Amino acid sequence: MNFNGKDIISIVDMSRQEIDHILEVAQMIEKMPRNEQLKILPGRILALLFFEPSTRTRLSFDTAFNMLGGRTMGLSDVEVSSIKKGETLHDTIKTVEQYADAIVLRHNHDGAARLAADAACVPVINAGDGSNQHPTQTLLDLYTIKKIRGSIDNFDIALIGDLKYGRTVHSLVTALKMYNNIKMFFVSPPNLKMPEYILRELDEHKVKYSEHESMEEIVSLIDILYMTRIQQERFPDPAEYEKVKESYILNNTVLYKARKNLKVLHPLPRVVEIDKEVDDTPFAYYFQQARNGVPARQAILSLVLGGIN
Amino acid sequence: MKNGNEKLHIPKIEKGIVIDHIPVGMALKVASFLNLDAKVEEPCGITTIGINYDSKKMGNKDLIKVENRNLSQKELDSLSIMAPGASIKRIENYTVIEKINIKIPEVIENLICCNNPRCISNNERGLTTKFLTVTHEPLILKCHFCERTYNQDEIKLL
Repeated sequence: MNFNGKDIISIVDMSRQEIDHILEVAQMIEKMPRNEQLKILPGRILALLFFEPSTRTRLSFDTAFNMLGGRTMGLSDVEVSSIKKGETLHDTIKTVEQYADAIVLRHNHDGAARLAADAACVPVINAGDGSNQHPTQTLLDLYTIKKIRGSIDNFDIALIGDLKYGRTVHSLVTALKMYNNIKMFFVSPPNLKMPEYILRELDEHKVKYSEHESMEEIVSLIDILYMTRIQQERFPDPAEYEKVKESYILNNTVLYKARKNLKVLHPLPRVVEIDKEVDDTPFAYYFQQARNGVPARQAILSLVLGGIN
Repeated sequence: MKNGNEKLHIPKIEKGIVIDHIPVGMALKVASFLNLDAKVEEPCGITTIGINYDSKKMGNKDLIKVENRNLSQKELDSLSIMAPGASIKRIENYTVIEKINIKIPEVIENLICCNNPRCISNNERGLTTKFLTVTHEPLILKCHFCERTYNQDEIKLL
């Protein structure tokens, strides 16, 4: 299995074996002493191109690459770049690849990362393209589930909130359908349901799923609760956002009937959808989940840049 | 059983193409797409359209005969999407000299638009669309960029 020079654009491109290998490498790196990690990618340069706001993804990529011995540079505000002058994404990528060994891209349009991968001769890693995919988030989510449960087969998961525009849930569901005996519960307002094209793929893979509008009716049936924010920035119509923005609020009352081993995950940022009182319960696992972003991204970067075979 | 009294609804053509096995109701769209109502070559080619013929293969079909006309590869690729299952015959001296069973290409560039308004293909200057054929029957195409899939009814030509 050779990742050297490979782009990481979509979970759709990856096999279960490849995902499992990345998670094993993440585990291996996490156990290495810091000074050994620095020897994996010394002197390499990573471009971080973020056309949309980010805290966790950007900072964890930055931290991950620095811990591997490399240096980062890039854009976090397109207002100060030539994008403002009308430069195409294609030309931006062709320019940036002259300065870096790999590119991490977050963009507001679906498919932007694929365009970048087609244009660039260096590896491109998708840090989120519109409502489409967020593969590195999925890899850290899977790494988290593996740490919680020991494996990624045989469990029940609810995905709650913005399932229509949520790229994290689209990527996660795309990955989970490769694993065995997973039952999915999709909980959303009626106008934010999981898109048809994803449900079609689940049907083709004979994955068991059901759709609901109420969290309360499924909370006792699940091992993992994956909460998502209703994303204001994805709504074409602000009035529609206002109608649904507080559709789901997870609190200790809702969790009263939950299984003892339930873990609550959230890609963050959260707004109102998880009450702060949940943070102090054994159910809360979202900050540990964020921490896992570093080894997961270290694994990806090490593999695509040939630091680890 | 034929008894010799059947009429040829559309006469044979000396030279040109026959587009056969067009799904019923699609002939006029195909003719419009190929600009068959325009004067394209000298001498003028007559176009004859038949709608709702009996077909052993399909039950019913449409048919188009065009004199003095060839089809480009791009037109053949478009036809494979507009009229799946259609077949093309090239005619010379009233005789079929070539049969072409058009097949939807595995990669389709610059023919179909992505219906996703957030797709980069609808937002980047100079970018041509690109679709991949997921399955031929039923027809499912996938946008190379945003990964949305489309069935036959959802496909829109550029």
